[in-house]
Amino acid sequence: MTVGDIVQALELTVYCGKKGLERRVTGGYVSDLLSDVMGHADTGQVWVTLQTHKNVMAIASLKDLAAVILVTGHKPDENTAHQSEEEAIPVLGTHMSAFDVTGKLYELINK
Amino acid sequence: MNRYSADLHVHTLLSPCGDLEMTPANIVEFAAIKGIDILGITDHNSTRHGALIKKMAEKKGIFVLCGAEVTTKEDIHCLTFFENNAATESFQEYLEKHLADVKNRPSIFGYQVVVDEEEMIIEEVDKLLISALDQSLDQVEAMVHSLGGLFIPAHIDRPSYSLISQLGFVPSGLNADALEISRNTTPGALRKKFPEVAGYTLTGSSDAHFLQQLGTLVSVFEMETRSFAEVCKALRKEDGRGVRVEERGK
Repeated sequence: MTVGDIVQALELTVYCGKKGLERRVTGGYVSDLLSDVMGHADTGQVWVTLQTHKNVMAIASLKDLAAVILVTGHKPDENTAHQSEEEAIPVLGTHMSAFDVTGKLYELINK
Repeated sequence: MNRYSADLHVHTLLSPCGDLEMTPANIVEFAAIKGIDILGITDHNSTRHGALIKKMAEKKGIFVLCGAEVTTKEDIHCLTFFENNAATESFQEYLEKHLADVKNRPSIFGYQVVVDEEEMIIEEVDKLLISALDQSLDQVEAMVHSLGGLFIPAHIDRPSYSLISQLGFVPSGLNADALEISRNTTPGALRKKFPEVAGYTLTGSSDAHFLQQLGTLVSVFEMETRSFAEVCKALRKEDGRGVRVEERGK
């Protein structure tokens, strides 16, 4: 499954990092503490969060994550979007809560 | 050059978690006993007790920096300080405008009261002061600096409500006047673990919520005299001035 497949299935907004839509997705991680994500997220995961700071992209790149999904209508900060383009790691968005989008994501990935 | 002991992170009884004994009168008296030369008054998302404590402390020869401990939308605690009443009041308006509209429940969080010199209650603050603003770290920093204030992310090594817990590491290009460390680390240990703090001045303060905690961790300022401008210069390590962290017994 690719990031693009998830965008289509969950009707997510693609804010930036379109070049990364072909990335392969292996699972997901949900957390708003970036220190926690740095310690526990794994390569290829989709990260569900409401944090929009540019450090999100630094950590996504460090951990080689597939994409970031911002929940409840949050949008990336300007420099976050810029870094997403550079790293080709998409930042996606939804109005769903972390609970709802994670439930759907889990079902989709584990189908 | 003179040396001044500064405790720049002190809560009053206005903070819901601040002990009811943390009245302006008690804080000033204890600070004098503990030999504190510079006191920073930093209630959660409110500057309301600063001016009164400044007035009372001056009589005892203690210099006060008025400000607040702000909670950004990322749940990062940051100390802020302002040079004069006009700037402090402008910042107070900003805090009131941007703090989440959630009512305090004193039975859970504690009372939020403003008192006068004689410890009489003037007002009970309704909005829960430990909520977060709807403003990001960068927005709060910009606002503080536009008012000529000081911006110091608090207890950055702590596992909750800190710059590092919420954002993983110190963001590159962060425009902070200093970074505050908690008593759980030392400047040396922190610099080893997070090399990105190398360019920043570090401060340490008690984060006192109880009288007994006042002055247990201080920053020693080496500078000419006690003024807002000198504090700024010391934080920037200009002209032979400087700051170092010092832990003290209770």
